[in-house]
Amino acid sequence: MGFSGFRVIKEALTGHRGWGPLWRDPAPRAQYDIVIVGGGGHGLATAYFLAKLYGRHRVAVLEKGWLGGGNIGRNTTIIRSNYLLPGNQPFYELSMQHWERQEQDLNFNSMVSQRGIINLIHSDAQRDSFRRRGNSMMLTGAGARLLDRDALRQMVPFLNYDNARFPIKGGLMQTRAGTARHDGVAWGYARAADRMGVDIIQNCEVTGFRIEGGQVRGVETSRGYIGAGKVGVAVAGSSGRVMAMAGLRLPIESHVLQAFVTEGLKPVIPGVITFGAGHFYISQSDKGGLVFGGDIDGYNSYAQRGNLPVVEDVAEGGMALMPMIGRARLLRSWGGLMDMSMDGSPIIDRTPVEGLYFNGGWCYGGFKATPASGHVFAHLLATDTPHDTATAFRLDRFARGHLIDERGAGAQPNLH
Amino acid sequence: MLIPHPLLGLRDAQEFTYLGDAALLNRPDPAAGEAAFADYVYLRDNPASVHRELWFHEQGDRSWLVVTRNTLTHEILGAELARDVKLGGTA
Repeated sequence: MGFSGFRVIKEALTGHRGWGPLWRDPAPRAQYDIVIVGGGGHGLATAYFLAKLYGRHRVAVLEKGWLGGGNIGRNTTIIRSNYLLPGNQPFYELSMQHWERQEQDLNFNSMVSQRGIINLIHSDAQRDSFRRRGNSMMLTGAGARLLDRDALRQMVPFLNYDNARFPIKGGLMQTRAGTARHDGVAWGYARAADRMGVDIIQNCEVTGFRIEGGQVRGVETSRGYIGAGKVGVAVAGSSGRVMAMAGLRLPIESHVLQAFVTEGLKPVIPGVITFGAGHFYISQSDKGGLVFGGDIDGYNSYAQRGNLPVVEDVAEGGMALMPMIGRARLLRSWGGLMDMSMDGSPIIDRTPVEGLYFNGGWCYGGFKATPASGHVFAHLLATDTPHDTATAFRLDRFARGHLIDERGAGAQPNLH
Repeated sequence: MLIPHPLLGLRDAQEFTYLGDAALLNRPDPAAGEAAFADYVYLRDNPASVHRELWFHEQGDRSWLVVTRNTLTHEILGAELARDVKLGGTA
């Protein structure tokens, strides 16, 4: 049964007895055409697009824990397509277009809110660089607006414009960017995929791959062996440990990234503000909490929690940008695992093992990419050729020297 | 995190800069070819368990350490001077 305003009113008048579970809880079958490892946003979106666009319905999504319990529930919910390089920007713009029609496509409220994102400018050189980025964005239809200091001040008067080290000179804005409710994204994709016959199997940890003669045959799991024609791995954060079971070493290190939320406050921040120079970005949730974060901790970690020095660093960044934040009380902080790839860009490709496909290396940009990642990974799984917008995300690009170094930081995972 | 520096005792990890897997000490022979160097530069074991890694005591005595640390718990199991590891050939 679909969601609608009419249905909400009807249920309200009849004691909310008509709501049921949003997806089934099936036992794993012995064999699937395609098995997706990882029931996060990307895995669920992949299953959804496999069924919706490519007609593949004998598909299972295997999730180690519960659905939406990993990075899809740990990010800061920002969606945007303000990239620079030709290998990246069309892909993220595809994602943005999916976000804009996602609620209608999925019949599920993922609370997509296009409130805009502003990247702050502190110097003439940075303005030039952002103008170039804005031009690149406009070429793909993403839209961009260069704001001068006065226009910015009208929009966000509370920033510290006269910081001695990083005075604010303007900003680059993408008005179509914004936020989405991350749990709703996972649930929406899960429900839509389940309705098209995809089996979503939770509490089912993959413990090994069955590979015969260089061809994947299936996966060993905590709920028994499951045969598969093809296996797609979408477990960003844990890619290293999962792909090691298939004997692959990746151009990826796992790092921890922390995020923070304050108590609920009245509306104050109109969209998303990023203060790259100070390693700080912030937005406000619909509940009113200020959601913010900064840099990764900077060392390999699978612990899903960070350390105090970065908490301090992020708080200092916040105080430098908007001193009024010092009056807000911090409610929670948490950490998520990041696949930090060597050039800061993702990998969506086949692997040396026939029938085994890999989607990972999202660094801390995975959430905004969720719809497009699912779309292009489904395309790759179904057709064995990369989607037009994802031809650069090759696994072997490092050895071939075709890096997508969006940030220009070189081959150093903890700098991206 | 506190890193037990072999010469200076327990030091705050904030004084250090992190580089990565201690396997970076084993630079391939210049004649080993492009594939060996691509592996060396880009590929990592990235284990979810005990990890030997390079930390640079940038705000201290500027020595390189090989720190053994559990990536699941952040527990530090030991630290030695990278120079000793490199010359001892045990990395």
